Amino acid sequence: MSLLTPQQIADVLQAAAGAGFVSARCTEWAEGVKGRKSKQVWLKIARESLIPTLKRLVEIQYPHVSVIAFADTGAQVELMYHFHVYWGIPHEEILVTLAVPLDKTDLRVPTITGIIPGALTSEREKQEMLGIEVVDIPDGRRLFLPEDFPQGVYPWRKDETGIPADMVKNLWATGRDNLQFNDNPPPPAAPAAPQGETK
Amino acid sequence: MKTIEVKKPSGYATQIGPAHPALKEPVMFSLDIEGECIKKADFVPGMAHRGVEWMGMRRNCIQVMYLAERICGICGITHSISFVRAVEQIAQIQVPNRAHYIRSIVGELERIHSHLLWAGVAAHELGFDSAFYLAWRVRENVMDLLEYLTGNRVHYAIIQIGGVRRDIVPDQFPRIEESMKFFEDAYDKLAAVFLDDTTVQMRCRDCGVLTNDEARELCPVGPTARASGIKKDVRVDHPYAAYGDLEIDYMTPDLLTGEVRGDVYDRIITRLLEVKQSIGIVRQLLAQMPDGPLLAIPKPAVLLAKLKGVAGEAVGRHEAPRGEVMHYVRLEAGKDEPSAWKVKASSYSNYLSWIPMMEGEQIADIPIIAASIDPCISCTDRVALVRKDSRQILTKEELHRLSVEKTRRIQASLLK
Repeated sequence: MSLLTPQQIADVLQAAAGAGFVSARCTEWAEGVKGRKSKQVWLKIARESLIPTLKRLVEIQYPHVSVIAFADTGAQVELMYHFHVYWGIPHEEILVTLAVPLDKTDLRVPTITGIIPGALTSEREKQEMLGIEVVDIPDGRRLFLPEDFPQGVYPWRKDETGIPADMVKNLWATGRDNLQFNDNPPPPAAPAAPQGETK
Repeated sequence: MKTIEVKKPSGYATQIGPAHPALKEPVMFSLDIEGECIKKADFVPGMAHRGVEWMGMRRNCIQVMYLAERICGICGITHSISFVRAVEQIAQIQVPNRAHYIRSIVGELERIHSHLLWAGVAAHELGFDSAFYLAWRVRENVMDLLEYLTGNRVHYAIIQIGGVRRDIVPDQFPRIEESMKFFEDAYDKLAAVFLDDTTVQMRCRDCGVLTNDEARELCPVGPTARASGIKKDVRVDHPYAAYGDLEIDYMTPDLLTGEVRGDVYDRIITRLLEVKQSIGIVRQLLAQMPDGPLLAIPKPAVLLAKLKGVAGEAVGRHEAPRGEVMHYVRLEAGKDEPSAWKVKASSYSNYLSWIPMMEGEQIADIPIIAASIDPCISCTDRVALVRKDSRQILTKEELHRLSVEKTRRIQASLLK
């Protein structure tokens, strides 16, 4: 198998994304005495191009989906799909990130579980934590949040749908005596410093 | 002749948890069972979610590093190393090479301790408690070594953005070598106990199988993937820290047995082989360790000021004992806190593999199958609420009793 360079992968995926292509860059990072480089490809594409681009990526090598990361940028929620290709070949793995920005007025994205079933955990988590809708997800239940968690609150959003102030319990602000069920004796008070002594 | 229609109950649905059947951590399994056989498996995580990402996006990077270290109580270095590697890439901080070697050494010692802890838990789930005592007694040696090198048994606090906080000096090398010799001897003993024992083979061979194709599609990581023949290891695939300087290979069970079956037994083999591999890696790292400083930017205030001025996104990865851990970090100029932080723990990727592993197996096999992926619940759950659930039917103790009884039955059948 002849391996494509990161730039070639970026070019191939750009062609597959077609009109939905926004931007692409390749980065490298070296660590250690020998300075062997790890390689990354970052693509930004529109929602409509996600499935065709991923299908083209599968032709290069069946990718391992690591996770779908996120960023709330104000008017948009960005999803970063992290894939690895060329795993199993020492020092040659390439991290391919497909960033898909979604407007907050229309937070829908197609599921990729039809291509990679292992993405289900991450897609379920994105639905409950960010309030996006993964269209055609095979299992749309909540994953980490409990059933009695309020609807319409999305912990990772930074707007009015995020965690409201009254749901946050700051341990430092509770005060020891205010703790519910706390029948502990008060903490021992420090002995008063002797008068007139200087440190 | 008139046939009488007999309505037979077609099976039962049962729930296990949130008290965990294998570990002392909460996750809930919902199972459709027929007799003793599991027809359909499902799981509900989330009982140990502490909102770590939410907290992290409200703290500066050095504070997040300490918070990240506390995501998991077993992988003390895993999350902090992943987070700082992402930040270093964004800020283009070149870590001194000696620091890379120290990071890798602590990472490998952590792998030894985690795999031995797992070996003990797995033996306990099978009702093989003498092996559990043996594994945990051996593990104490590496805990002592970690305490000797870093000052702490867990949460080593040795990582800093741009390097490490403590040196490993040549005076300490003989103590490390002493432990490595101890583990070589212990490896032979543990391999004999786990791999040659008939009862362990009968309980674990062809139990909880994850085929190569399933593993490719469900994307598990670490020993869970490698035991199914998926050659995936961040240390080999993706050169980072000092691992890029070494010649290391993927540890798959066929190295020992010549075949890959993807069952619980193969997962035991994979982890034992990795303990041996880690001993070799620590020795290589000590032999090759370069001289030099430990930190790129020694003063935290200077570091924080630099981080406030940079912007960008990066991914930091590390091969934890359970598999790949990945942190995605995005920094914005003029802000102390990361504007996005996503933590992907290794068990997060391994959860889905439980379903094909459990379906078709017996209830008494649940503890060892659940334990076989070495789940780390608090790594994966990161937001906190305990659900009051009265639907619990099978308790952990009861399941453990079932598992022990099955082992005893197998042993009795051997005597006949």
